[in-house]
Amino acid sequence: MADLSINMCGIKSPNPFWLASAPPANTGDQVMRAFDAGWGGAVWKTLGNPIVNVSSRFGAIEYGGRKVMGFNNIELISDRPLSVNLKEIAEVKKRYPNHAVIVSLMVESKREWQEIIKRAEDTGCDGLELNFGCPHGMCERGMGSAVGQEPKVLEEITRWVKEYAKTPVLVKLTPNIGDILEPGVAAVRGGADGLSLINTIKSIMGVDLDRRVPLPRVGEGSTNGGYCGPAVRPIALHMVGTLARDPETRHLPISGIGGVSNWRDAAEFIALGSVSVQVCTAVMHHGFRIVEDMIEGLSDYLDSQKLTLDQFRGSAVGGFREWGELDLNYKVVANINADLCIGCQKCVAACQDGAHQCIFSGPADQPRPPHAHHPGVAEAPKPLPLGKLAGDRVPWIDEPECVGCNLCALVCPVDGCITMQEVPNPAGVDTWQDRMATGRDHVPGGIFDAE
Amino acid sequence: MDTPYSLPAERLEVRLPDAKPKYTSAEARAEAERCLYCHDAPCIEKCPTEINIPEFIHKIASGNTLGAARTILAQNILGYTCARVCPVEVLCVGACVYNEWHKTPIAIGRLQRYATESLLEHEALTGQAVLRPKTPTEGRRKVALVGAGPASLACAAYLALEGHEAVIYERGALPGGLNTTGVAPYKLHSEDSLREVAYVQSLGVTLKTGVEVGRDLSASSLLNDHDAVFLGMGLGADARLSIADEAGPGVWGATALIEKIKNDASFKLPAVKRATVVGGGNTAIDIARELAQLGVAEVVMVYRRGAEHMSGYKHEMDLARKEGIRLVGWRQPVAVLRDAAGGVSGLRLRDTQQGGEETLSTELVVLAIGQEKIKGLTDAFGGIALDQKGCVVADAKTRQTSNPKVYAGGDCINGGKEVVNAVADGRDAARAMIQRWFAA
Ligand SMILES: Cc1cc2nc3c(=O)[nH]c(=O)nc-3n(C[C@H](O)[C@H](O)[C@H](O)COP(=O)(O)OP(=O)(O)OC[C@H]3O[C@@H](n4cnc5c(N)ncnc54)[C@H](O)[C@@H]3O)c2cc1C
Ligand SMILES: Cc1cc2nc3c(=O)[nH]c(=O)nc-3n(C[C@H](O)[C@H](O)[C@H](O)COP(=O)(O)O)c2cc1C
Ligand code: SF4
Ligand code: SF4
Ligand code: SF4
Repeated sequence: MADLSINMCGIKSPNPFWLASAPPANTGDQVMRAFDAGWGGAVWKTLGNPIVNVSSRFGAIEYGGRKVMGFNNIELISDRPLSVNLKEIAEVKKRYPNHAVIVSLMVESKREWQEIIKRAEDTGCDGLELNFGCPHGMCERGMGSAVGQEPKVLEEITRWVKEYAKTPVLVKLTPNIGDILEPGVAAVRGGADGLSLINTIKSIMGVDLDRRVPLPRVGEGSTNGGYCGPAVRPIALHMVGTLARDPETRHLPISGIGGVSNWRDAAEFIALGSVSVQVCTAVMHHGFRIVEDMIEGLSDYLDSQKLTLDQFRGSAVGGFREWGELDLNYKVVANINADLCIGCQKCVAACQDGAHQCIFSGPADQPRPPHAHHPGVAEAPKPLPLGKLAGDRVPWIDEPECVGCNLCALVCPVDGCITMQEVPNPAGVDTWQDRMATGRDHVPGGIFDAE
Repeated sequence: MDTPYSLPAERLEVRLPDAKPKYTSAEARAEAERCLYCHDAPCIEKCPTEINIPEFIHKIASGNTLGAARTILAQNILGYTCARVCPVEVLCVGACVYNEWHKTPIAIGRLQRYATESLLEHEALTGQAVLRPKTPTEGRRKVALVGAGPASLACAAYLALEGHEAVIYERGALPGGLNTTGVAPYKLHSEDSLREVAYVQSLGVTLKTGVEVGRDLSASSLLNDHDAVFLGMGLGADARLSIADEAGPGVWGATALIEKIKNDASFKLPAVKRATVVGGGNTAIDIARELAQLGVAEVVMVYRRGAEHMSGYKHEMDLARKEGIRLVGWRQPVAVLRDAAGGVSGLRLRDTQQGGEETLSTELVVLAIGQEKIKGLTDAFGGIALDQKGCVVADAKTRQTSNPKVYAGGDCINGGKEVVNAVADGRDAARAMIQRWFAA
């Protein structure tokens, strides 16, 4: 069993899995139950001056019968008295000295920051997280994402905090910006010890079509909320990867957040440079128990790859490149395994209507000339392969015309039925940057080209 | 939809509950989400009315239930009863790609019922029609239809939707054909068939019951007073075996008995312990299951060949066996045995493979060996060709008979298939008539 323990800028944790600052980390009772279930750490629900919440507060996207693909909330920071939270944090830390307990904070004035940092650290917590990300309610009051969206303000408040704090300080970033490097670099300049991201994305969850009010509905109105859950993971991965590879930010440890539901999701964040991984929505959906699979899965994966967690961390960062660095000579084409095909012909509809018109439903379904990319008429293979399951409903692919876009493989309901197969190219690597450097970057057919 | 036709509340069929009730909206959505929305879907091809199945299921998944019903009714105006009575296992569901994948295929019938029944409920609730007849641009035509079974109902409905006048003459007191008088109660109760008939009437179809064409109304008057005539008179009485002592109490024709079970309040099932059904088709399986479900302790089916030769569906026979029904294969009845009081005491059977005879003790015999063809009626219309089996010959596409003014569909042309085939015939005949009137 691989060693999963981590040390993130001095914050030690038996594993990289932390509860994100959110309802699952609202109370001492919850956090202790989470630790018992196996979670390595918890970022306490953001503390500040208590607020008043609305009802209702949450919305979710259902997709294809799967609940909570995406989740959104319009709740604010902790609504419990500060003293109660602090007492429980101290209690948790006393009972679980080896787990990571991080206190999330959000206040306004420098005096408030000074006071709340002192009181938070008096609990014996392992570190602080500054919530510069909440995109609803708090930002209207000049806090949360209002800070995260203003690099100068973010830098200044981080500096205040670093003046007073004795424990490591993580800055939690908002994704509601144009370029994540701007707040990331500001946090570095302010002296942050680590970064947490992403907080939630500004969103409207839907519209109640009977009442014509956005969702989640509060009486006759609603407000923009914060989007999270499985649907946001790609956005989070991009932002984490961007900070992990940039020379100005890459030395800071990252706590990756956004749509993590299982060990695979977590491993992807770690591969792109995260030291710890935080989870909110998946716990709200399924409970603390999901951590069992996360620990077991990550550990088995590392063992199977013969890697330590340290070796594995960041190992996909190098593969995250600019478009201009991609090999234009690399080619794949779709290949259908006739034995696995069930004959639904989803791939036909997808390629014909949404890609490059090169999958055909049967012998009678012939390409309409001319070929879009290659001269000549396509020939169906003779004889057409008969499927074990689909009989003569197995589609065929006009390979020279396939651009290797993946669409058919993505829509095929049978795993492994359509695979993308590499076509060897003896010409070697050629990138757009190579072409620009050698003056081969003209593609005929442009605005100023003759017919 | 209020039906003007009343059924007695106390009928035997009421004791046999609906085996596949309407899905709740959550169940329907969950099932609809499973459908892959196939391209050029194989399930469509296996539907005799070629309903765009992926499309209507897709609409259920999005919550567009009325749209789903529209998609169904556009191709199959009796989509509601078809959803409940179609042998989907050998039609659309049997062709679903999930079968190949060894996964449970999509419950297309139940989804179709969900959509169409929701439409009926919606109309009853709001009083607003979802499908509305057009005003014909090129003149209104008038068509008479013989028999109010699925074939005529479908033909009339599609004519009415195009704005034409359709008048159905039905000799019985209740319309709906075998949907009302024959289909197994656990699939469809008579009141639900009548509910659909009322829906067809709401589209503008005129229905006259208690009128037998050929007796109360002459063929020539129909021909003279209408632009076309559609024959949807189905089949005739149950066929008999012509064996010794067959005539008399205790020996029933299957469809006659089923009609009593379904619609006759005064009918009491004879208190028998043992019943024997002769035949290997779906009607035989149906009546055997109905008898078993109504409490007859021992129900035996006698068939002249083996189980693998039965025309009844395997999935139905499997259910029958689960209900305790036994099949005695390779036996042919040669005589009914009667006791001194004249009641049935047994059935004498000949072994069709080995020869030799034996006696099966039974108190009730039900003959499900087919229905006779209705004779004579076609002669009255004149110029209508019949095939060797006595079925009306109709064009495969237009359902026009050899008398150009007369069209035909349903059991009277195919010798007895399914409701959905009758609907396809009726619909295609209506389309062909309109095409003929207005083409060029
Ligand atoms: C017992 C039984 C169970 C069945 N179960 C199923 C099932 O589960 N699923 C399925 O899909 N199919 C089933 N079928 C088959 C299905 O019922 C028929 O294929 C279908 O009803 C045929 O429709 P039709 O309109 O051609 O004829 P019918 O439904 O037979 O209707 C013909 C109508 O014409 C009337 N008529 C006849 N002569 C005249 C006249 N001279 N004047 C006026 N009216 C007249 C009759 O009274 C009758 O109402 C079953 C059949 C039987 C016998
Ligand atoms: C109901 C709810 C309340 C949240 N409250 C806070 C908060 O108080 N402080 C904070 O920093 N983030 C808060 N978040 C954001 C989460 O900590 C986390 O960054 C985000 O949900 C993305 O992770 P996920 O996809 O695992 O849910 C909240 C999220 C939710 C769903
Ligand atoms: S290859 Fe996949 S998507 Fe295409 S028909 Fe076969 S199973 Fe369906
Ligand atoms: S990879 Fe793209 S272009 Fe090639 S067959 Fe599949 S969908 Fe068509
Ligand atoms: S074959 Fe099955 S999965 Fe495909 S469209 Fe038809 S019902 Fe849906």
